[in-house]
Amino acid sequence: MATKAKTNKKRRRVQADENVCIGCKLCEVACIVAHSKSKNIIRAFNEETPRALSRVLVEESKPLTFALQCRHCEDPPCTIACMTGALHKDPVTGAVLHDREKCVGCWMCVMVCPYGGIQRDLREDKAASKCDLCLELDEPACVAACPNAALFVVEDED
Amino acid sequence: MHKSLIKAEFQVERDDYKCIRCRVCERQCSFEVHSYDADADRMFEDELKCVGCQRCVEYCPTRALSVQPHKSTIRPHGNWPYRAVKDICKQAETGGMLLSSTGDELHHRIYWDHLVLNASQVTNPSIDPLREPMELRTFIGRKPDQVDVQLVNGKPVLKTELPPQLTLETPMMFGAMSYGAISYNVCQSLARAATASGTMYNTGEGGLHRDFYQYGPNTIVQCASGRFGVHREYLNAGAAVEIKVGQGAKPGIGGHVPGEKVDKEISITRMIPVGTDALSPAPHHDIYSIEDLRQLIYALKEAVEYKKPVGVKIAAVHNAAAIASGIVRAGADFVTLDGLRGGTGAAPTRTRDSVGMPIELALAAVDQRLREEGIRNNASLIVAGGFRNSTDVVKAIALGADAVYIGTAALISLGCTVCQKCYTGKCPWGITTQDPYLTKRVNPEIGTQRLTNLLRAWSLEIKEILGGMGINAIESLRGNRLHLRAIGLNERELDVLGVMHAGE
Repeated sequence: MATKAKTNKKRRRVQADENVCIGCKLCEVACIVAHSKSKNIIRAFNEETPRALSRVLVEESKPLTFALQCRHCEDPPCTIACMTGALHKDPVTGAVLHDREKCVGCWMCVMVCPYGGIQRDLREDKAASKCDLCLELDEPACVAACPNAALFVVEDED
Repeated sequence: MHKSLIKAEFQVERDDYKCIRCRVCERQCSFEVHSYDADADRMFEDELKCVGCQRCVEYCPTRALSVQPHKSTIRPHGNWPYRAVKDICKQAETGGMLLSSTGDELHHRIYWDHLVLNASQVTNPSIDPLREPMELRTFIGRKPDQVDVQLVNGKPVLKTELPPQLTLETPMMFGAMSYGAISYNVCQSLARAATASGTMYNTGEGGLHRDFYQYGPNTIVQCASGRFGVHREYLNAGAAVEIKVGQGAKPGIGGHVPGEKVDKEISITRMIPVGTDALSPAPHHDIYSIEDLRQLIYALKEAVEYKKPVGVKIAAVHNAAAIASGIVRAGADFVTLDGLRGGTGAAPTRTRDSVGMPIELALAAVDQRLREEGIRNNASLIVAGGFRNSTDVVKAIALGADAVYIGTAALISLGCTVCQKCYTGKCPWGITTQDPYLTKRVNPEIGTQRLTNLLRAWSLEIKEILGGMGINAIESLRGNRLHLRAIGLNERELDVLGVMHAGE
């Protein structure tokens, strides 16, 4: 690719420090709560059906553990693979976002993502599920919930 | 196969309404208490394995768990409390010595709690440390008998050559805890916090990892009976050398790091093969007298070219005063006394709880003896053994200490809940373990910050108390027992402590 279209100024994403990730998976718990209807941890887990999916997954090969979610790539293969434009890079925030309305559940994005950052959402209407950076919150829920400061937000200036 | 009579010490209660089956408890418990049954979608607990460390309680995102002493008990009996029965059952089962960690946990009198401090009223004004300078700087090392000053161009110039001194910005240091007993991340946190706070940490007897040579100016390196990791470069990497003769938690016994904890890095640092037990002999095999000790002190002084203070650490035992006198006369620049409540990573429980004496008594006796012999200035006195807060430190300094070591308190600031299972190498808080899955639990960034905060907080409190006494330098409190009064102690105790009773 000779030239890359520069759509945003910053590339924002959540990064893990595997040296201090303790594999507790509280990030996954927090992600589920943040994407639940009630935003209440007990209701989100014990009462809401179907339960929200975690968009961050802790990869484990003990002793190594780290949390992984969408890298919000500069040139995201998922947006190219997406036939309906459901996956798109937000020109303002630079976040790679998923429009559930447009998604047809073909899961080509799941296939092309080099990081395994997108999951199949098998509930109801079949769609993709991925990190949205919790843009409506001050800080992504996983980052706020990490007990050991192993997750943090990084921003690259383009 | 017969029925085990080992008793559960803790009971785990789970509020099933609050439990969301996230299994965080299961992942956090290094003793495998919690388990999940997917078919039944239920969590189960094996209480026999629970050590009461509270890791699961703290990490449960819905606070669904509580861990408390087990409610089961036996008919109460003065001579046979449940604890005594439990210990006997355990030994009948295993045929082994009881092992434990941390310091003495019996109800020996804690003299700090029977000492109160003075404050200024009317006749001499108290000082507000927020408005006026307050000096906590402390120098550790031999002080000359007298100081000669010469006037050069009308200005005084020191003629006496001062022996090497350690400069501390606060009279608290981190006590000896070896790499091997504690993890790399904890060592790093201690080293960085000591550097940030202008004080020292102590390597313990496990040598110094190459990565930590950069913190040398804030490091006291130890030379113990096992001589682990002791070489010329090591001795010169630190700011001072401490010969470890004894440890308050286990006087008369050498250190023991089980082979399971000796991984590659520790093996390189300690200069022993991977997986071998790191057993320190009970005595130094080259020290059987004060004269022998003098030889080692001067051998080490030669090795550091007389540029660094060399001290000796002993456990507080019956004849501590006479021994300390010998140590000072043997040429030590500082004497470290470690009391009965001093911590350990592993000690026989019976030794831990019954050998030695509380640091308060040892400190008072040693300071008094050195003064009477006119050699108190020849060495600094560092005390250790269960310091819990800043007033313990202030009282120790008033009793005659130059500085204190804090060890257990430092680990508590990193998460330790004093579950006393360091010797298992499974520390759920990631402190006294070498399991790479567990050591990650101490993030050195956070650890450094918490340790630095602790020293800062205690230093602020010490300044506040000093100000209240109308003193503006910790030096003026040192050995000033008139600032102490006792409550509820008998005459013999007052005599040993050298303090008057409150009201006198």
